[in-house]
Amino acid sequence: MIVDIDAEVMANTKLSADYNVLVLAAPDIARQARPGQFVMVKPSGSFTPLLRRPFSIFEVLRDPSGTPGAISLLNKRIGVGTTLLWDVEPAGRVLCLGPLGRPFEPVDPPAEAFMVAGGVGLAPFATLGDALIARGTRTTLFYGARRGPELLYTEWFATRGVTLALATEDGSRGDHGLVTQPLQRALAARVSSDPVALYACGPTPMMHAVWKLAAGFGRDVQVSLEPVMGCGMGGCYSCVIPIRNDGGQRHFVRSCLAGPVFNASRVVWEDLMG
Amino acid sequence: MLNAQCYDSLVDLSAQIGPLTLKNPLIAASGCFGYGVEYKEAVDLASLGAVCVKGLFLHEREGHRPPRIVETPAGMLNAIGLQGIGVHRFVREHLPALRDLGATTIVNVCGSTLDEYVEVTKVLSDHEGVAAVELNISCPNIKAGGIQFGCSLTGAHDVVALVKRATALPVIPKLTPNVTDVASFARVAQEAGADAVSLVNTFLAMAIDVETRRPKLSNVLGGLSGPAIRPIAVRMVWECRQAVTIPILGMGGIASGTDALEFIIAGANAVQVGTANFFDPLIWNKLVADIEDYLRRHRIERLSDLVGGVEVSAFEPAWIDS
Repeated sequence: MIVDIDAEVMANTKLSADYNVLVLAAPDIARQARPGQFVMVKPSGSFTPLLRRPFSIFEVLRDPSGTPGAISLLNKRIGVGTTLLWDVEPAGRVLCLGPLGRPFEPVDPPAEAFMVAGGVGLAPFATLGDALIARGTRTTLFYGARRGPELLYTEWFATRGVTLALATEDGSRGDHGLVTQPLQRALAARVSSDPVALYACGPTPMMHAVWKLAAGFGRDVQVSLEPVMGCGMGGCYSCVIPIRNDGGQRHFVRSCLAGPVFNASRVVWEDLMG
Repeated sequence: MLNAQCYDSLVDLSAQIGPLTLKNPLIAASGCFGYGVEYKEAVDLASLGAVCVKGLFLHEREGHRPPRIVETPAGMLNAIGLQGIGVHRFVREHLPALRDLGATTIVNVCGSTLDEYVEVTKVLSDHEGVAAVELNISCPNIKAGGIQFGCSLTGAHDVVALVKRATALPVIPKLTPNVTDVASFARVAQEAGADAVSLVNTFLAMAIDVETRRPKLSNVLGGLSGPAIRPIAVRMVWECRQAVTIPILGMGGIASGTDALEFIIAGANAVQVGTANFFDPLIWNKLVADIEDYLRRHRIERLSDLVGGVEVSAFEPAWIDS
């Protein structure tokens, strides 16, 4: 059931000059959240900005007894809304509606899982990584950023048993270049009969490149798309994504309801890339 | 979910819209609440006065390319382009669910031609579960139809008169604020037989990205809604209240019980809540509680006694004519 909580901010941890992690007391959302789902948030009590912002549920946090009690959000300050979420103090309040959207579908062994993240696109992969590891699925995180210090939470994933394959554009950590480089090597190292599930989230050109690469190896990708979203509930029709249906016809679907996770082979990328 | 005890109190929130009695004056506005069914998990649709579903043509429509919305101070522009599933799919796929959920369903009817308004209305009239039709003669975002009827007095008259002849359902034209004198359109609607009027639709507007020097919406222009427009919408409801005797469904930036009361005191018999659904989708309980609290504090038994109750002394509207 979708709930709306005026959630208390339990912690606001700055990870770098632009990234922070907000922990929100939201037990009813934490309990129901599935990997890849999102919440609509904004600080309480203001019409500036007017609308909430969609955020992937980053972590589900549990109390010592293992009961889910909070969620965290990975935020990058870019505009008005994300700057407010950078500035919010512990004990402050953030309106939080969710959980929303179509989740990722985790795979079971013997399939292995490749999670491909670019920048703040890391957000949906903490919960997905947890779900995959809990199933015993061999999981690799391919993770790219501009610079080494922008590669966040790598220890978090490593200690849970997720294999890391990193890339930075300035070469300061991992591959020198784009995240598709280590992904290319890993895909080339598998034969086509090896079951591999691919998941991607990041800038649209990155997800497009991951899809083209995977398609070359005969594989599909579950992509988590991040269009501008007005309501998150299916009410406003602003977050539409061009999709090809079974008959090959292109039409717009609401990413808040039909997504945010889509099979990349359905997405009309040439329209999405503008 | 609304608390059942809301209705145990002495205050009467019902609203009379022509032959239609709403249990309370709160209506989800068209274009801001999908087809209603999207909200069934979060909102008890039967607790609303009515649900006004997204505008429907005869056939499916794709709408405009994104970006379709942009935020502005205390408001937003939209140019969705009336993406929709068409009336036939609506009655097949969603109307039965709305009926089962106990919703009072008003359908927003669109048309590129006069005939299309009539045809869509006839389809709806043939199905159980439609309480009224709202005629969209005011969408600013489509090329053909809509606002071309809403910006011409004869066009508005003709579409209302023709649809009235084709259906027994209450007919409620939705007026555009993008005219010099909205009250004259309300008057014409009443003369043509409208059971009520709803107003206002969005204000035609534009936002530009100064860095790229491009419009922020793919459609270039869009409709402004949200709290930013509320004082203008209240003024227009007040003007229409003095021009017509039929019920008025008032809307424009309502985000609280106080906002809703402002429209009612200005002359609205019921109110529609649009943009607030986007940022506060569970707003309905709060609105009911706030309005009930107000009525108790002011010892008013029936909300209908408050309609048009604004006390204006010595207003000289001469500047409007000058």
